[in-house]
Amino acid sequence: MLEIKGLTAEVDGKPILKGIDLVVPPGEVHAIMGPNGSGKSTLSYVLSGRDGYEVTGGTATLNGKDLLAMEPEERAAAGVFLAFQYPVELPGVGNATFLRTALNAIRRAKGEAELDAMQFLKLARERMKALSMNDEMLKRGVNVGFSGGEKKRNEILQMALLQPQLAILDETDSGLDIDALKIVSEGVNAMRGPNFSALVITHYQRLLDYIVPDRVHVLMGGRIVRSGGPELAKELEAQGYGAIQAAA
Amino acid sequence: MTVVAQPGAAGFLARYQGLKDHLPGARLPWLTALRGDAAAHVAARGFPTRRVEAWKYTDLSPVAQAGFAEPLTAVEGALALPKPRCAARAVFVDGRFRADLSSLVGLTFRAVSVAQHLDALEGLLGALAPMADHPLTALNTLMFEDGLFLDVPAGVDGGHLELLSIAVDPGRPFAFHPRHVIRLGAGAKLTLLETAMGGGAQYLHNPVFEIDLAEGAVLTHGRAQGEGDAAFHLSMIHARIAAEARYDTMAVSAGARLARMEIHAALTGPKASCHMNTAQLAAGRALVDTTTGLDHAAPDCASRQTCKTVLAGQSRGVFQGKILVRREAQKTDGYQMNQALLLSEDAEMDSKPQLEIYADDVKCSHGATIGALDADSLFYLRSRGVPADQARSMLVQAFLHEAFEALEDDTLREALTAVVDGWWARHGAAS
Repeated sequence: MLEIKGLTAEVDGKPILKGIDLVVPPGEVHAIMGPNGSGKSTLSYVLSGRDGYEVTGGTATLNGKDLLAMEPEERAAAGVFLAFQYPVELPGVGNATFLRTALNAIRRAKGEAELDAMQFLKLARERMKALSMNDEMLKRGVNVGFSGGEKKRNEILQMALLQPQLAILDETDSGLDIDALKIVSEGVNAMRGPNFSALVITHYQRLLDYIVPDRVHVLMGGRIVRSGGPELAKELEAQGYGAIQAAA
Repeated sequence: MTVVAQPGAAGFLARYQGLKDHLPGARLPWLTALRGDAAAHVAARGFPTRRVEAWKYTDLSPVAQAGFAEPLTAVEGALALPKPRCAARAVFVDGRFRADLSSLVGLTFRAVSVAQHLDALEGLLGALAPMADHPLTALNTLMFEDGLFLDVPAGVDGGHLELLSIAVDPGRPFAFHPRHVIRLGAGAKLTLLETAMGGGAQYLHNPVFEIDLAEGAVLTHGRAQGEGDAAFHLSMIHARIAAEARYDTMAVSAGARLARMEIHAALTGPKASCHMNTAQLAAGRALVDTTTGLDHAAPDCASRQTCKTVLAGQSRGVFQGKILVRREAQKTDGYQMNQALLLSEDAEMDSKPQLEIYADDVKCSHGATIGALDADSLFYLRSRGVPADQARSMLVQAFLHEAFEALEDDTLREALTAVVDGWWARHGAAS
């Protein structure tokens, strides 16, 4: 279970998150919606431990463990996974090497046996098939020469391999055509279960037609200004963020 | 008796005066004349200072100030040699050929000690190594005792050969200046793996290679520089590449407190080509220097050069790369890229690409970048659970990858990768 209490954070001395309270129980998928500059991406980076985001107050725990005290790799080992809005290209690092290194790092941290190259390939191919990914993508540099859709699928592949307890999907729908959106959504939905929860960060309601959230939260000006069921996303789509702002 | 060696060029000249009747080939008039010539150059120029343009970034004063003796005549006790990477291996201990440690039987070409075959080297040794602009080539010519003479006849594929130089610690500073002469006949082929290593003593390894490739010959030259931490490694290659011949070098420079690997290659016939790739790594207060000169002297030639530098601690890196395209070298295709990765804020890189083009129909490009590890890349890996040290290692390896990319030979790739990995294991995690 993810529990965020009174979380405040700043970037370059400028307050961005101004007191976030949020609970995501196990098995639930919550959507965070909000206009540009509302703090959505900052929240995802603060939770995953990126440098340059200074937490000035509040707490964030996953299953009772203090996320904010951990290094990024420790958070990953604890079960946090961030699907990047802009996945990074790593020329010279083979995708297969990258995926296996990551998987084995997580397995090591959990006290599980590492997978050898053959075991890894078998697992990776199985997961890739489900995401309609070509085997060829294992041989290339990480995200190098990948289309926008391929990059996002590669993110979901990593999630499927690492089996996190909490996935944070940061604008995973941006730059996706409708076919890729469906494939990515199916990848996320396949993960759903009692031990998986997700924060789906999005600007648009479209993604939520495919990944139907249990709860929707509206983030504006660094605070959650409204929460509701999936119907809240539809309301936002119809009325825009302006109406909510006026009401708040 | 304690022998205190005199420092600087004067020290070497004094030692030469004392030794000259005992140096190999002392009775050969052509060699005596060559050494005399060298003595004049060393006396006139000494060690270059930083006022000399080619040495602006690399300060040789620690070399000049040290007093070096010759290596001990006999190395006692068993030597721990690394496992051979090629079936054929020539082993040099402190610059002297050791037949007892080498395995050179059944070769299809001549691979012998220079000292023992000087009679066959008249007109070869010294032919490609101008001393006027190269003070360390002059010093080598003055002092060399031995080296490897490789002579691959026309049309012969010589396969793989390993050249291992190992410096043994005698407990006092010493210098050795091997002179290697490599000749490939028309259409001949050879893959050479050169390894330089040594103990913790302060020593100077100052090898000079003269490489002569006849038409259509192909020499692939892997270089693994992993000298001891207190060593000075100053190596020089003078290469002449005839029509349609190819000289490919891939060097890893990862040892010594001061290392300069310098190559001067001349493309003298149409369609000759040269690849010079380097990965140089330094930590602590070490300095690594790659200096190259490519002389395009004939039309339709191609040269490719990639130099990757990784610097940790307070180390310094130098890249100087000059491409000269002569008037007659039309249709030259030249490419040069040098990139440096600084793992610490105290590291410093000096980079000097130089293009001098006199022909009007050429394609020449060059580029240089200097930067730190990319924070986004590092965070991406760490967010996937990869520990910070391992993530940095992966990114450094990826950075170096491009320099290795062209290397098709597994033996060379494994040997060079091992040097990089060894360096990273010793210095990387701390950076």
